[in-house]
Amino acid sequence: MFQLQNISKQFNGTPAIDSIDLSITPGQTSVLIGPSGCGKSTLLRLMIGLIWQDAGQVLFDGEEVKQSKLLNLRKQIGYVIQEGGLFPHVTIRKNITLMADYLKWDSGKIKSRLLELLDLAQFSDRRLDDFPLQISGGQRQRVSLMRALMLDPDVLLLDEPLGALDPMVRSKLQSDLKQIFQSLGKTVIMVTHDMGEAAFFGDIIILMREGRVIQQGTMLDFIESPGEPFVTDFINAQRSPLDTIGGGSN
Amino acid sequence: MKKCSKFHLFFLLITGLFSKAGGDQEIVIGSKKFTESVILGEILTQVSQFAGFSAIHKQELGGTQILWNALLAGEIDMYPDYTGTLMRETLSELRLKNESELRQVLLSQGIGMTEPLGFNNTYAMGIKKATWQRLNINKISDLQNYPELTFGFSNEFMNRSDGWPGLKKYYQLPQQKVRGLDHDLAYRGLESGDIQLTDLYSTDAEIEYYDLKILADDRGYFPAYHSVILYRNDLKSRAPGLLKIIKKIEGQILASAMIALNAQVKIEQNTEKSTAGRFLSSTLNMNVALVEQSMVSALIKHTQEHLILSGISLSGAIVISIPLGILAVRRKRLGQFILGITGIIQTIPSLALLVFMIPFLGIGAAPAIAALFLYSLLPIVRNTYTGLHDIPLEILESADAMGLPRNTRLRLIEIPLASRSILAGIKTSAVINIGTATLGALIGAGGFGQPILTGIRLDNISLILQGAIPAAVLAIFVQGIFESLDKVIVPKGLQIKSENSF
Ligand SMILES: Nc1ncnc2c1ncn2[C@@H]1O[C@H](COP(=O)(O)OP(=O)(O)OP(=O)(O)O)[C@@H](O)[C@H]1O
Ligand SMILES: [Mg+2]
Repeated sequence: MFQLQNISKQFNGTPAIDSIDLSITPGQTSVLIGPSGCGKSTLLRLMIGLIWQDAGQVLFDGEEVKQSKLLNLRKQIGYVIQEGGLFPHVTIRKNITLMADYLKWDSGKIKSRLLELLDLAQFSDRRLDDFPLQISGGQRQRVSLMRALMLDPDVLLLDEPLGALDPMVRSKLQSDLKQIFQSLGKTVIMVTHDMGEAAFFGDIIILMREGRVIQQGTMLDFIESPGEPFVTDFINAQRSPLDTIGGGSN
Repeated sequence: MKKCSKFHLFFLLITGLFSKAGGDQEIVIGSKKFTESVILGEILTQVSQFAGFSAIHKQELGGTQILWNALLAGEIDMYPDYTGTLMRETLSELRLKNESELRQVLLSQGIGMTEPLGFNNTYAMGIKKATWQRLNINKISDLQNYPELTFGFSNEFMNRSDGWPGLKKYYQLPQQKVRGLDHDLAYRGLESGDIQLTDLYSTDAEIEYYDLKILADDRGYFPAYHSVILYRNDLKSRAPGLLKIIKKIEGQILASAMIALNAQVKIEQNTEKSTAGRFLSSTLNMNVALVEQSMVSALIKHTQEHLILSGISLSGAIVISIPLGILAVRRKRLGQFILGITGIIQTIPSLALLVFMIPFLGIGAAPAIAALFLYSLLPIVRNTYTGLHDIPLEILESADAMGLPRNTRLRLIEIPLASRSILAGIKTSAVINIGTATLGALIGAGGFGQPILTGIRLDNISLILQGAIPAAVLAIFVQGIFESLDKVIVPKGLQIKSENSF
């Protein structure tokens, strides 16, 4: 599926991605995790051609990602941006179906696909004609997901699709999403801050730090054979509330 | 006759549609924006009509420069001017010494000049007739004998080196009590006896009204400003016989006659048309049937003219500015350039811009529309640019990541998101445009500026309001239209946002 070969990217002379080699396995969920600013979003942006690497190559299905092939590539990928990125001027319905409308799908097909998605994301069809600013943050994230899934892409790039949600909603959405990924057999690359979430979704976990990949493997690998002390530190930094009575974050 | 370009032809076509079709040989007469010039222009118009030509009078054009350029460009066929103005202003760099040299120079540019019409409108010193009789002062040099007199001069005359300072030296005048004041106050001062002498123009209507005596410039200090008519020499072939009849007014308008004509308009509030008509009929026995315009038909005409000026220039500006704004966002360097240029255009004084355009577009609606078009660009370009530029990156990225091509993204996402800002820009432009369009009258484009110009000239408030009120109403009306358009054009999803943020 995606292959990154020796990718580097600088912003104003500061490296954001530093010679990363990465191979994404089809049909699996890969989770990118790491401290804030380590380059997770940048990596996703590079994959879908929103920005271009200074050095190295991005391959998709063995072919180099190039400007000329970008529009086609993007139709095969669903991307949920960190901030949601819904279009505020059109309804929820239009947000979801915009691309299908543009590609001139027939209205029957659009309608049935929309119904499928509503069911999948457990989103009420009564809100379809509302605007993004009229729904809650959690609902917005569901809409972003439905929009990414509309064209039934093979690959999903999800940049913290569940960020900043309250734990109840989040947990519910996590289950829903895992259900979706598994039932549809998608290749998913998901970014998160949260170790628990990474463990829940990740067939493979990729730990990043300062623009580099520190370790790549299953959760078990991370616990049993951490590549360096940072790995253990990072895992341990994420306390469960039960660990510390009366304090702690996350 | 005219420099033709596609642009020009387009405007000619448009303006042609709305102006009453003239005969193939229509004589166009121009006049400056002060009453004497308008009366003389009206006289020329009626004489031409009397001679059997169809003639129109483009009255109250912005200034000597505009008329001179319009004459050279063939936009007008003749207009009244003064020898002093021509020698000391229009052609001052040639340092002409006398009127025959002036005639030579004009001839080389295809312009003819009549013999003087009979009066010399120059600076003059006026005193009350009562004072004149009491003290027996007839000429300026007589003033030497009366050092106790108080003088009140217009501020301009006080300060010009060829005004009071020069005059004092030239005639060795001893008076110490000299002050600068407003012209109107000077007349009142003469009435009350606070001052005994003031400067004026030798054909001012007030001379008659305030019963003043003009002192003879016995040593010839003030230059001659003989009234003459300038005309295009090609009139001889284009309108055979016309000049011969025009020349009949040579020497026929003496200073006293001109003062009386000015007074009939400025003080007795007669129209220039009727005043000119009475003069021609009594002095030269030329009778022309005159049709005066009613207030309603004038209002309709001015509204029509104004709507054309603003409508065409604003539509053109919208069509050009929005793409320019889009371009400015896409190409940073070019964008700065575009914003810079449109900004600079905004700072050009409107009269200068209008004068600059006469050689290319002549006078009338075309240059006014072009100037208004240029002035309307900046607000729309800038607001289009800001509107597009301020769209959050994540929205653009998610549109890109979907696989929307650039132009589709523009159409479906960016333009709708920027629509409120773009509309606000258009609204600003429209209001500025409608206001500025009143200046169009200075180059013969008509519109609501015409009654304003006449009203200022005649100190007639009601006339000023006849232009100012409809212009304001139009501006408010147009603003209202755009406000309601806001609700239709700005996507509903964005209107929610503004409700929430208040
Ligand atoms: N457009 C940009 N211009 C300049 N610097 C950038 C830009 N985008 C990212 N960076 C920098 O690159 C580094 C990596 O950013 P990135 O957004 O990939 O981090 P992240 O891992 O997604 O962080 P977070 O978990 O907070 O979202 C950061 O230091 C960031 O400041
Ligand atoms: Mg990020």
